[in-house]
Amino acid sequence: MCTMIVENVTIDGSGKGSKGWFNLKKANVSFDHPFNAQFDHSLNIDFVNDDLGIEHRVAVELSRDSAQKLIEAISTALARGDEQLGST
Amino acid sequence: MWNDWQTDSYEGQTSELVKIKGYQDDEINAYVARPNGTGPYPGVVLLHHMPGWDEFCRETARRFADHGYIVICPNLYERFGHGTPVDVAAKARGEGGVSDESVVADAKASLDYLKGLSNCTGKVAVLGHCSGGRHSYLAACRVTGFSAIIDYWGGNVIMPSDRITEKQPVSPIEYTKDLSCPILGIFGNDDQNPPPDQVDQHEEELKKHGKSYEFHRYEGAGHGFWYYDRPAYRQEQTMDSWGKTFEFLSKHLS
Repeated sequence: MCTMIVENVTIDGSGKGSKGWFNLKKANVSFDHPFNAQFDHSLNIDFVNDDLGIEHRVAVELSRDSAQKLIEAISTALARGDEQLGST
Repeated sequence: MWNDWQTDSYEGQTSELVKIKGYQDDEINAYVARPNGTGPYPGVVLLHHMPGWDEFCRETARRFADHGYIVICPNLYERFGHGTPVDVAAKARGEGGVSDESVVADAKASLDYLKGLSNCTGKVAVLGHCSGGRHSYLAACRVTGFSAIIDYWGGNVIMPSDRITEKQPVSPIEYTKDLSCPILGIFGNDDQNPPPDQVDQHEEELKKHGKSYEFHRYEGAGHGFWYYDRPAYRQEQTMDSWGKTFEFLSKHLS
């Protein structure tokens, strides 16, 4: 069912959508039905910029395990980056 | 019923977009599918599911029209903007969904639209799948004038206090005493929301208030088992519950 679980976070960066690169302002992180991935529920991240319109969206839909691995990979990559370059 | 027509009988239908005045008098789009003919035909308000005002809903609307119902399916996500159904639904999801207040008002506007048609009998059911089941329950409890409601695996009909939000401020089951028409419930026993124990609680609440209800629980089916584009699809349970749907509507909208 629709869990309506969503977390919103302000972000800064770029994403490549169907119309090319655009500035990202927000990530909507939900655990709910995916639109495409073949799971009942998934960890979904929509990287968006509401100022540019509804079609400016970079979407991923991940299994729970995949999402957990991604968290670990991001943490590891950030830690390695900090080690080499210092926190930026 | 499936394949239950005469091969020499006329059949035709029209489906199109119409505009209605919904919540806060906003003009919203609605998809209408209706049999061609003078009728009169009973009506169905179809409230779309969380994945949006999408192809499944339009096809479902046409199927009901094939079986002699005038169907209206309002775009409950109208206020989130326009785009592909998925992009719009993603925006709605990112903003915590649509408010119950908005849905109930759009459902009422849809009911009024059908009752205003000269070829509608005025007997109208409200129904929906997934969040549309929950929304249908809310509408049937809070709007007078519906003759039947069908809840297809609507989750969050029973909401613990930590799930209450500004947009969903009341657990729908709290409105059960106000339910004004018979209800058909279609559920899968493998569903996580609503899980079987919540379906049981819902049934108890209906009994407590003396409501007319008919619940069917399917083994080997989970959430969304009508969705032929998803792995959750279950052919046997789907066809059986389509049959129960038409029996129920025939009984209560005649």
